[in-house]
Amino acid sequence: MIPGVDGFMYPNEVELQWSLLIVLYPYITGLVAGAFILASLERVFKVEAVRPTYRLALLTALAFLLVAPLPLQLHLGHPERSIEMYLTPHRSSAMAMFGFVYLWYLTVVLLLEIWLEFRADIVRMAQTTKGLTRLVYKALTLGSENLSPAARRIDDKVGYAVTVIGIPSAFLLHGYVGFIFGSIKANPWWSSPLMPIVFLFSAMVSGIATVLLLYMASMKVKKMAIDMRCLDTIAKYLFYTFVIDFTLEMLDLIHRTYEADESFRSLDFMVHTRLWGSQVILQILLGTLVPLVLLAANQLWTFSEAKRRAMYVIACGLTLVGIFAMRWNVVIGGQLFSKSFLGYTTYKVEFAAREGLLAASALMLLPFVIFIVLVKLLPPWPERETT
Amino acid sequence: MVLRRFLRDSGHLVRPAIVLLAAMGLFLVVRSAVIPKAFGQYGHYRPGALDAIRARPISFAGQDTCVACHDEQAKVRAAGKHAHVACEACHGPLAKHADDPTANVPKRPEVANLCRRCHEKDAAKPQGFPQVATVEHSAGMACNSCHQPHNPHL
Repeated sequence: MIPGVDGFMYPNEVELQWSLLIVLYPYITGLVAGAFILASLERVFKVEAVRPTYRLALLTALAFLLVAPLPLQLHLGHPERSIEMYLTPHRSSAMAMFGFVYLWYLTVVLLLEIWLEFRADIVRMAQTTKGLTRLVYKALTLGSENLSPAARRIDDKVGYAVTVIGIPSAFLLHGYVGFIFGSIKANPWWSSPLMPIVFLFSAMVSGIATVLLLYMASMKVKKMAIDMRCLDTIAKYLFYTFVIDFTLEMLDLIHRTYEADESFRSLDFMVHTRLWGSQVILQILLGTLVPLVLLAANQLWTFSEAKRRAMYVIACGLTLVGIFAMRWNVVIGGQLFSKSFLGYTTYKVEFAAREGLLAASALMLLPFVIFIVLVKLLPPWPERETT
Repeated sequence: MVLRRFLRDSGHLVRPAIVLLAAMGLFLVVRSAVIPKAFGQYGHYRPGALDAIRARPISFAGQDTCVACHDEQAKVRAAGKHAHVACEACHGPLAKHADDPTANVPKRPEVANLCRRCHEKDAAKPQGFPQVATVEHSAGMACNSCHQPHNPHL
């Protein structure tokens, strides 16, 4: 009679191996990919309306990307050993190869694009500030203060090329996270070729929602006017992406229900019992349908600005809760049932433990702290283009 | 002329490329310095690890060493269901005790947790394996109040 266990459970299934921190990992990585893809809307697809969030989205992506590996390192322990993944990579390990995808995305895509985008501001700051701040900006210029129109034009073209490379890289970054789960053939809850695609679209949804909320919050803090055209356009793209994401998830669900393989009854029972709150109520009802209705209403009817803002905040807030619930249901849900399909275990989050709620909350707050530092260092709002 | 102008206007782009190449160069230098020379000789690991593991002090004395002195307990155990459970499976690693029995006196195992580690009721265990829901079975009494651990059959 093991507390929390119902039915038949193999001994090694009673305790979950992947904890709340492993829920955070795809969640944070998804925010990175989503924010970057939103940024690419302006750069590559020339959606001018979202211009005010372009720089913000890049800094958001960087802030979350820097934190993305930390949950894994805290979960595994011995973070000093993580460098060995690069030194002696195991080519048959998906996780080891992911390290290179991460490094590629961080250095070649994101840092380079941010540097090109902010170069004019960095040079200006290096010329106008004093003391230590000046030194920081001087270092960031990499020793070149060439801001001639021709140089800026080249920056723009190279930035465009980097973004074009960055889109598949962002897809790879988050598709990979889905791949890691989708390729575990022993687990019917995870093993699905749709997993990388579902993860990717949910990443785009959560990233767009985060940038929209950060943009509104930043404008409020800076006491600047919100560009409603920008907000409406982002909300429109959020709606489209969300529809595709929800359709894919439903397609997966319908496929599983129709196929009804030997795991179906067990998984169906789990969804109706242990995952009812987190999957049906939080993920599908509150985290998907309510935001979809709010966003759809804005496509059908015209509301006042104040109402629209309130609706967007509620929709994006719930979206982020819903996507977190989706990650939770994938990671935790996949470990709650027995491979015998005859038993279920329970996951109880600890509080002040290495993988507890406190550590997870701190890791979730960290990107926002980094974001504030980045915004102080490279203010994204005043559009002071040097020509 | 056009080429020279182009090189001048794009010269700043060489700098991040240099930073990237320098980082990659540093990585390669560090890599060659820290990876053990024979890495990968037998598999994806450092062959020296085998010697390092071999050099570690032995913790377990082994069944024969225990029986050499504790003949009485060994006989009781051999007669019961625990005949194939090694002494150190319950008493823990005792090589130090075997080396110097008087200086290293082992603690008695904590019965409350020790027995239930194997005998707590679990639907996943074979039905023939003796297992009890300890809370209902003993009402808080220590297992060895009734069972003799070396031969637990009553």
